[in-house]
Amino acid sequence: MSIQPAASESGEPAALRRAVEAIGATAGSAIDRTVQFVETVGGTVRLTGSALAWTVRGLFLPSVKLGRASLVEQMVRVGVRSIAIVMLVEAFIGSILALQLAPTLESYGQIQMIANVVAIAIVRELGPLITAIVLSGFAGASIAAEIGAMVESEEIKALRAHAINPIRFLIVPRFLATTMMIVGLAVIADVIGVLGGFLTSWLALGITPETYFESTRAALVIRDFITGLTKAGVFGGLIAMIACHAGMTVKGGAVGVGNATTSTVVKSIVAIIGMDAVFTAIFYAFGW
Amino acid sequence: MASADAVISIRDLRKSFPTADGGRITVLHSVTFDVMRGETLVIMGGSGCGKSTLLNCLIGELPIDEGAILYRTNEMEEAVDVTGLREREFNNIRRRMGILFQSGALFNSMTLAENVALPLREHSYVEESIIDIVVTLKLQQVKMLAHRDKMPTQLSGGQKKRAGLARATALDPEILFYDEPSAGLDPVTSTAIDELIMDLSSKLQVTSVVVTHEMDSAFRIADRMVMLDKGRVLRIGPRSDFESIRDADPASLSTADDRLINQFLNGYSDGPLTDAEGMSEFEKLIIGTALSEDRTTA
Ligand SMILES: Nc1ncnc2c1ncn2[C@@H]1O[C@H](COP(=O)(O)OP(=O)(O)O)[C@@H](O)[C@H]1O
Ligand SMILES: [Mg+2]
Repeated sequence: MSIQPAASESGEPAALRRAVEAIGATAGSAIDRTVQFVETVGGTVRLTGSALAWTVRGLFLPSVKLGRASLVEQMVRVGVRSIAIVMLVEAFIGSILALQLAPTLESYGQIQMIANVVAIAIVRELGPLITAIVLSGFAGASIAAEIGAMVESEEIKALRAHAINPIRFLIVPRFLATTMMIVGLAVIADVIGVLGGFLTSWLALGITPETYFESTRAALVIRDFITGLTKAGVFGGLIAMIACHAGMTVKGGAVGVGNATTSTVVKSIVAIIGMDAVFTAIFYAFGW
Repeated sequence: MASADAVISIRDLRKSFPTADGGRITVLHSVTFDVMRGETLVIMGGSGCGKSTLLNCLIGELPIDEGAILYRTNEMEEAVDVTGLREREFNNIRRRMGILFQSGALFNSMTLAENVALPLREHSYVEESIIDIVVTLKLQQVKMLAHRDKMPTQLSGGQKKRAGLARATALDPEILFYDEPSAGLDPVTSTAIDELIMDLSSKLQVTSVVVTHEMDSAFRIADRMVMLDKGRVLRIGPRSDFESIRDADPASLSTADDRLINQFLNGYSDGPLTDAEGMSEFEKLIIGTALSEDRTTA
């Protein structure tokens, strides 16, 4: 255990200085990144605040136009494009769950319990989560790219110059559309996930349809749907706001737009899973 | 205070930006001038002298460090300082402005007709049939009616500017701002845009503020001109003042500022603008190329 002080007094001051500098640089860039992180989170939260404020104003003040046409357009865009992928992925997830669970449950002689576990896992967790992850790639990335391109081509500036608030005009429709559509998509995901689990159990594991659906019906309560779909809605809001913030803060031309797009997907997935953990903890604590 | 017939009065405006090394660089130093009702004022200056920054400050896109920007539109009893004004109050003034951005800044997801209709749909409660008439009128005014159902990406640069101008005039503004209206256009298209600017300014009786580094265009459209250099106002005056400085022999001009203006207006490569004392060979080389590039694009 030779300890350093000798080096600092006589030994190798250059090496020591380099080491200190390296630590300093690492700490410096860590501070930079922390500052950046706090700025992004703060900015996204503030943007969400104003989007919510405009939503409320739009609902209650007749003079504030929210643009129904634009909302429908965004809903179509968010929903229609991702529906097939969500269904495909969720069918696989149901099927994978059934196959993974089969050996263990079989060893307990409880193979028909597959239906219960698949139902709970899909409806409470994997339906909303997988839908959100698919949507962060579809809706999140395309919203960030679109808004970023609008910043670059001075469209946002032009909106402001025409006394049109970009948050009301661009962000609120995307926020509402993503939040509403993800709930619809999560319902579809739930159904398809359970169907995937059912088909696998029926065709590969020999569980009869009657047994399977009876167990599924017995396992699920309304609360499972409510908690699952609530999470889905929040995930949708997160994706939309992270994407809008990334788009609105784009700098540096086409490269900047590209960076905003990729960073949106990464940030969304981290935020979604983090938020999922928070929700799960809360639901667990309250026994929901 | 603001003079009686000024629509915009700029007083001691200072604007700086943060630099990468943590300091600040001042881009506009104590800029002061008035824009008079009904005139076409051209703001000139070399690339990087702060023209766009000034324009962005005027339209409320950038906050300013010091000074005041006063607006007095027709319905206003007295001039209002817009610095620090709340967004909603500034929007009342913005509705009286139209801005033609350098790229046209059309909304790429909408057709031309929808672009022009947007300010009307957002700020008035008129019926669709009336909006349609106004859109037709505005597009006709800029000779773009044939393209009303095209998307912006299907248009050339000059067409985008025309369409942008139709949108900027949709609400019959009192003040029109133009950012480099002829930049990136061929001479014929650029002349056509200049004619459109003059046409609109006489037909609609608007006050026009035009930012440009294109001298032919500036002398065609200006009633008065402002010369900016390194963020300062070198001179403001009627077009004839600038014409006489342009046509003078540099040696006969008494002040350094006038010689600099003379050099800029004529595009000479030798003169106070490009005096390279104290520069390294490398800097001379870089600046020399930058200046000659400037002139070819202008
Ligand atoms: N957002 C900004 N941040 C930092 N510096 C800027 C910013 N915008 C402009 N500048 C600097 O201000 C100066 C003036 O720019 P600009 O107003 O665009 O000039 P012009 O339009 O006359 O060519 C330039 O040196 C430019 O680098
Ligand atoms: Mg500029």
